[in-house]
Amino acid sequence: MKLPIYMDNHATTPMDPRVLEAMLPYFTEKFGNAASRNHSFGWEAEKAVDDARRQIAMLIHADPKEIIFTSGATESDNLALKGVVEMYREKGDHIITSVTEHRAILDTVKRLEKQGLKVTYLPVDKDGFVNPDDLNKAITDKTILISIMMANNEIGTINPVAEIGKIAKSKGVLFHCDATQGVGKIPVDVEAMGIDLMSFSAHKIYGPKGVGALYVRRKNPRVRLAPMMDGGGHERGMRSGTLPVPLIVGFGKACEICTQVMSEESQRLTKLQERLKEGILKNLDEVYLNGHPTKRLPNNLNLSFAYVEGESVLMGLKEIAVSSGSACTSATLEPSYVIRALGVGSDLAHSSIRFGLGRFNTAEEVDYVIKRVTETIQKLRAMSPLYEMAKEGVDLKTVQWARD
Amino acid sequence: MAYSNKVIEHYNNPRNMGSFPKDDKEVGTGIVGAPECGDVMKLQIKVESGRIVDAKFKTFGCGSAIASSSLATEWMKGKTLDEAEKIKNTEIVQELSLPPVKIHCSVLAEDAIKAAIADYRKKTEGNGSV
Repeated sequence: MKLPIYMDNHATTPMDPRVLEAMLPYFTEKFGNAASRNHSFGWEAEKAVDDARRQIAMLIHADPKEIIFTSGATESDNLALKGVVEMYREKGDHIITSVTEHRAILDTVKRLEKQGLKVTYLPVDKDGFVNPDDLNKAITDKTILISIMMANNEIGTINPVAEIGKIAKSKGVLFHCDATQGVGKIPVDVEAMGIDLMSFSAHKIYGPKGVGALYVRRKNPRVRLAPMMDGGGHERGMRSGTLPVPLIVGFGKACEICTQVMSEESQRLTKLQERLKEGILKNLDEVYLNGHPTKRLPNNLNLSFAYVEGESVLMGLKEIAVSSGSACTSATLEPSYVIRALGVGSDLAHSSIRFGLGRFNTAEEVDYVIKRVTETIQKLRAMSPLYEMAKEGVDLKTVQWARD
Repeated sequence: MAYSNKVIEHYNNPRNMGSFPKDDKEVGTGIVGAPECGDVMKLQIKVESGRIVDAKFKTFGCGSAIASSSLATEWMKGKTLDEAEKIKNTEIVQELSLPPVKIHCSVLAEDAIKAAIADYRKKTEGNGSV
């Protein structure tokens, strides 16, 4: 077993060696511009892009023509929201999203809100689910778009996407889904799920950084978008700019591998996740699971360790890469808004640790992490005045804390 | 975020971690911060003839908060109450090379020092001895 251990696969994943191998020729000898229509260099590049489009479309049950390449999921989110809002402005000025969306959605929506868009932010329940009834009630005749994520990047909760898609269809509202954490991890079918636009990216599925896609439905309905990038009219005019062929080839290969291994891989990762959870819960008391016990990404485990602060845990686990919802790990000094939205107290939000398992993690690594987490939490609890008070029987909620 | 070597050193080898019996008359206790803010520091001093002969801390917080309180106990020991009261958060910032985003940890440590001293004084005021 090699140290350090990488267990932060929601942030990014290492590239699969097979992906790199597929990409390499497209940096050097096959360097053509996919938009060059009149020589073999261009044709070769165009074919590589077409192949990748097919591989990507297959993973999500779309038509290859419905894949628009972008620089990543953040750009896809921006393009979907800004593109729809601009294109459908005459139809309405209201969109619906949820409070636990990724910043790429929330910050984009906030900007649009400043420009006059009306936004409904749906709450989530204690496990992180959007309630389809809430969605139903929020839709008005001015609603042009629903943007709800597939699976949450912090707590792994998988939303009832098909149900949301059904509601959107029945009301004639477009449905955008940020599926950055879902694609390649769980089965995605844009038809069965009623998705009209969907963002995802390569580097979360063992592909390269710097490329992503926006799925844009072409039939029933045909979705139109105002482009954010003007220029050569690439990608059906929705996203101009020379295609990064090597990255796209890698994205395609990464999707092809996911199509082949996903069902087996998700079972293996679910087992590792359970092993990690059981191992930690066996050793430590007052550890709380964030997110739903089963309706979560196979590779996600998010735990709050009462009475210790997340950043100090990360500091103790210096040879293990995980992340925390603690304020101290963010620039804002606010603890994770996702975990806060579950109704968990801020104290437990500060105490949360996210473990993101991946293709290359092993059971041996999981066992090592269990051991190191146990040691670190025990050490920090011995140092924690809160743990001491709790053990003395003090109800921490009744204490008058001296604040600045 | 990269930590300074001194912060890491205090985190790995905290000085004077632990507790004194709160009700002992020679002990002063200061608890500052709040769990929802992500930092709670408990600083305790043991005082004999106006001098701090021992100090202990327990901290819920990030590495910088742990290091700030650990350092505070080191600095308080051997000082008179008046001397200890003069410890400034800026000195802690300097000693631990805390980045701007962690300055509040040092402020909390200074508050904890003052709170522990105030608690001790309040306790002893009643029976007239200092």
